[in-house]
Formats: sequence, C-alpha cells, structure tokens
Amino acid sequence: MNDRVIITPDQVKLKSPVIVMDTDFEVRSLDTMCINESVQQHPWWYNFKYAAVGVLFGIVFVKAEIISWFRIQEMFRLQSFHMYGVIGTAVVVGVISVWLIKKLKVKTIYGEDIPFHPKKFNKGQIIGGLMFGFGWAMTGACPGPLFAQIASGFFVVVVVLLSAIAGTWVYGFFRERLPH
Amino acid sequence: MEILKQPWPWYVAGALIGLIVPALLILGNKHFGISANLRHACAACFPANIPFFKYEWKKEIWNFFFVAGIIAGAFIAARFLANPAPMEVHTNLVTELNTYGINDYSQMMPAEIFSFKSLFTLRGFIMLVVGGFLVGFGTRYAGGCTSGHAIMGLSNLQVPSLVATISFMAGGFIMANLILPFILRL
Repeated sequence: MNDRVIITPDQVKLKSPVIVMDTDFEVRSLDTMCINESVQQHPWWYNFKYAAVGVLFGIVFVKAEIISWFRIQEMFRLQSFHMYGVIGTAVVVGVISVWLIKKLKVKTIYGEDIPFHPKKFNKGQIIGGLMFGFGWAMTGACPGPLFAQIASGFFVVVVVLLSAIAGTWVYGFFRERLPH
Repeated sequence: MEILKQPWPWYVAGALIGLIVPALLILGNKHFGISANLRHACAACFPANIPFFKYEWKKEIWNFFFVAGIIAGAFIAARFLANPAPMEVHTNLVTELNTYGINDYSQMMPAEIFSFKSLFTLRGFIMLVVGGFLVGFGTRYAGGCTSGHAIMGLSNLQVPSLVATISFMAGGFIMANLILPFILRL
C-alpha cells in the first residue's frame, strides 16, 4: 500500500491548512477520482446541480442506446461504429475542454482554481481492466448504464448492481494481497 | 418531438457526454466518474473495518446525486421519449444470437437474458451475477470505469487511463468473441 500513496502528508499540509484531514485525504486519493478539496462549505441541496447534469447523462444513455446490450455486443464484434463514435467524440470534446480550462485558467462558479492530478500506473489497470472488460461484454453495462438500465424498466439489473457492489467490497477486502 | 424520439446519433451523444467533463469541473471541481459510487456505497453501508472503505464518504455525496440524476433521466427518456420501433441490430449478430435462442429485439436488452426468469438459470446467473461481480471488482481494481478512465482520464491525457481503456476493450473483445459463445450456449 505504501507505494500507492499519491500525495505525501507533507504535500497535503502545504496544500491544505486543515491538517486533521490528512489521513482521510490519503485514503480518498488512493483511487477515488475526485480529490479536489474545497474550502467552501455548502448546504447539502447544492448537490442538486450534479443531479441536473446526471439527468442529461441519463437521457443520453437511453436515447443513444448506450445502455443496450445489443450495441455493446456489436461494438466488441466490430459490427457497428456507434459506440466508438460516442466514446471517441466524448474524448475529443473532453480533451478540448480540459485543455481550454488549463490554458485559460478557468475557475469554478465559486472562483476556485481547477487542479488536475496525474494518475499513477499500476498493474490493476491491466488486470482489473481486463476483468471489467469481461463483465462489460457480459452485462452490456458499465457502472453508469447499470443505473440507467434499471430506471428504464429492467428491474432484474438490480441484481447486477448488487453483485457489482459485492465485487467492489471483495476487492477492498483482498486489496492488500493483490498485485498492484 | 419526433426527432427526440428517434435514437440519437453518436456525435450528439458523444458531444453531450464530453461536455459533462467541464460541466462537473466548473460547477464544483468534480472529476467525472461513476464506479466510485459502488465504493462509496460499501463505505457507507458495510465498511467492516477495511482500510479501503474507511474514509469520509459523505464528502463524495455529490456522486450519489449525480447517479440519482442518471436514474431520473433514464426514467424520463424511457417513459416519455422512447422509440417505439424494435432495435435495429447488425444481421450477423442476429444470426449468431438466434443460435443461442435469443430473438427478442423489442427492447434495448433481450428478455431471454435480462429477466427474473433467466436469473434462475445457469446462463442467466453467470451473465448477471458473475458479470456484475466482474464489473464491480474490475473497475475498482483498475481505479475507474469508462467514465473515470476512458473519458475523464483520457481528457486529461493520462497514460495509465489509456492503458486501462485498452485493457477494458481487450477484455470485452476476448469475452464477446471467445468466451461468451460458450456461456450463451448453456
């Protein structure tokens, strides 16, 4: 685990005046995507803005048939360009967006800087990546579409979701003993 | 309205998904990612003293709201913007699936696999339960899923995310072409 800590406590102290949060920050940064800290404290209902973005995402998932098991099967058999087009366009738009944010030093709506953190390579990205690929081709779902499949009426997918949560838990349990 | 009901083309969907990256960053410095929700669910419900789940999950509550939005959006789209026509699927896939007894194209997913009736067969159990387990275990081991690595990570030009994305695709190709035919024949 020692080699997996991305940011040392000393660096954290420089970045964050709140020293109490150090250990939590480390655990969170292990591989949770979002480690940007904010000094702002907002009421809980401010989170509804993320729900609004999610609504758009959910509609796109269904309307572009990204949640369809058939589209995923076509993708992995090179029978359709659709999914490659979706992911490819999203990456291009994302790359341009992140480049513009860095270049123009765009700030959040609260005037805070937007930092980016490099990801560290570890073997999990290959081994875990292959395992996720297997599951993706079987269920036709990555974690986002999983929720959209349930909401569009496939209630049996709740079982897939619970199984995915169980998989995450089992990973957490064996984490120290797995190659990284 | 009719245009909204048609399946949306890839460039519209891709552009909208790509715009989620700056939207989340500008709205509150959040990095696009979904699979972390599964970890937060573990941390919130069954941390069991495992270090990996001992963190302040309440700080990540935005991610639950994001997912709640996805659920609401998918419900709206399926309820009010649904395309009434059956799925249009590549003929080679139709021929292949027919040999496994899968012929239901009325919805996004075939009822022969995605139903409670199927869950209690060996084939359905492997597809849904084992498949789901691999999604949860694999994404966490890899440190992200299609959104966190393939979209957010590649947007930030991260080589580890490229490695992960290639591994996702390789795993999918291996499963769909080499292993799935045996499972679907069960």
